[in-house]
Amino acid sequence: MPTSRQPSATPAGRVDAIVVGASAGGVDALSLLLPTLPADFRPALLVVVHLPRDRPSLLVDVFSPRCALPVHEAGDKQSIQPGTLYFAPPDYHLLVDRDAHGPSLALSLDAPVHFSRPAIDVLFESAADVYGARLGGILLTGANADGAQGLQAVRRAGGVTLVQTPSTARASTMPSAALAAGPVDFVLPLEQMPAVLRAWGNGGAI
Amino acid sequence: MTPRMLDVASKDFDIELRLLLEALYLKYHYDFRGYAVSSLKRRLAQAADRFDCATLSQLQDRVLHEPALFPALLDYLTVQVSELFRDPSYYRTLREHVVPVLRTYPSLKVWIAGCSTGEEAWSLAILLREEGLLERTLIYATDINPTALQRAEAGVYAVDRIASFTQNHRLSGARTSLSDYYTAAYGGAVFDRSLKGHIVFSDHSLATDSVFAEVQLLSCRNVLIYFSRELQERALGLFAESLCHKGFLGLGARESLRFSSHEAAFTPVVPEDRIFQKR
Ligand SMILES: C[S@@+](CC[C@H](N)C(=O)[O-])C[C@H]1O[C@@H](n2cnc3c(N)ncnc32)[C@H](O)[C@@H]1O
Repeated sequence: MPTSRQPSATPAGRVDAIVVGASAGGVDALSLLLPTLPADFRPALLVVVHLPRDRPSLLVDVFSPRCALPVHEAGDKQSIQPGTLYFAPPDYHLLVDRDAHGPSLALSLDAPVHFSRPAIDVLFESAADVYGARLGGILLTGANADGAQGLQAVRRAGGVTLVQTPSTARASTMPSAALAAGPVDFVLPLEQMPAVLRAWGNGGAI
Repeated sequence: MTPRMLDVASKDFDIELRLLLEALYLKYHYDFRGYAVSSLKRRLAQAADRFDCATLSQLQDRVLHEPALFPALLDYLTVQVSELFRDPSYYRTLREHVVPVLRTYPSLKVWIAGCSTGEEAWSLAILLREEGLLERTLIYATDINPTALQRAEAGVYAVDRIASFTQNHRLSGARTSLSDYYTAAYGGAVFDRSLKGHIVFSDHSLATDSVFAEVQLLSCRNVLIYFSRELQERALGLFAESLCHKGFLGLGARESLRFSSHEAAFTPVVPEDRIFQKR
């Protein structure tokens, strides 16, 4: 039996996964961020964007052709693959679970949080539980406070956190709420995020 | 608003969770040990908060010694959300691809597993009435939550939900108007008693019970997402056993047979709507 005293050899890179949350203005923000990630980017990315519940999500169609990484809508019980982008489907919460094969995706119809399903807090808190310190959390533009607590959960578990500079966000409520909820590691405008993300992925200095 | 008293990421939480589920199984014979963990953890942290317990161990202590607490806890362990004609295209596909085959049977049995507060059962009863099949049909609607089953049986839904139910029903390819099937009373919409005569609501667990009937159509929607792969495997085994040759299985919009050894026992009918047919 492995014990917690014997850490396995740490793989390269600061994180194995990055969770991203955005609401109002989120698709535009993600359009500046996600296409900058190179094809050899190692961490998995799990993304929640608040969207109307009754329309099929076009996120995969929008981002697939523009991203070097494979883009999928998250499916229940799928194993999380490195270097892959997953969007939460509309009207379901997206969570991270752990099965015999490692971290996997889970969907649920639990009550909305912050009037949202998918909710950013739900994804971030469950990811923090499974990935611990090997997780990055990013909160972008948005008009409500979802994600603020989740980002603190990422931090408590030892993960690294990044918030969009509120004055540069289309809607500043979400990043401001995140900063009010507790300390975070980075506060940056979108243009400066790709370098940080690459560093998280490669095990660079940051 | 997320009340977070307990940190689900702490190591002790995992230990206490296992002990609590074991205790519930031994004491109440409800088996949640094979459920998907992440959402269960969240709901149990909320339950601990609601019952003023600082840890899951305290919650375990209370629920073991205060049986009256168990039904309330069950409302956290299970998720009761449903709608009439939820995902209208599912019901449209049933009309187009399944009903024509069902017509060829002189009598029909339908199983709705995990019926929650009954919306799915009433929807299917209305659909089968519209298609002229209800008179020859018996619908078994099962769940593990007794409070939900009582509400399912009562068939009373808040008036403010009726507008979206009506919209869903229309999109499902309705041949009649939803208002034909309910009357307004008690501040709610009460569904037609003549439909009720064709539905049997009863307690049945996909985690611990076995097959009780041979059915031509089995609808189990938004239940398997709460199960681990292993428990899904058990439930799908029951479905394969319960369905007659060429019987139909309908799952929730985000559920699949992909990870199951039972996948080979079914052919997809309309994959987008998660409708399968037993080989
Ligand atoms: C989200 S509801 C689905 C309601 C309905 N089928 C729908 O899709 O609208 C999930 C239901 O599954 C029930 N459930 C959970 N575990 C179960 C089990 N082991 N056996 C049968 N039903 C179960 C819950 O009590 C709850 O009513």
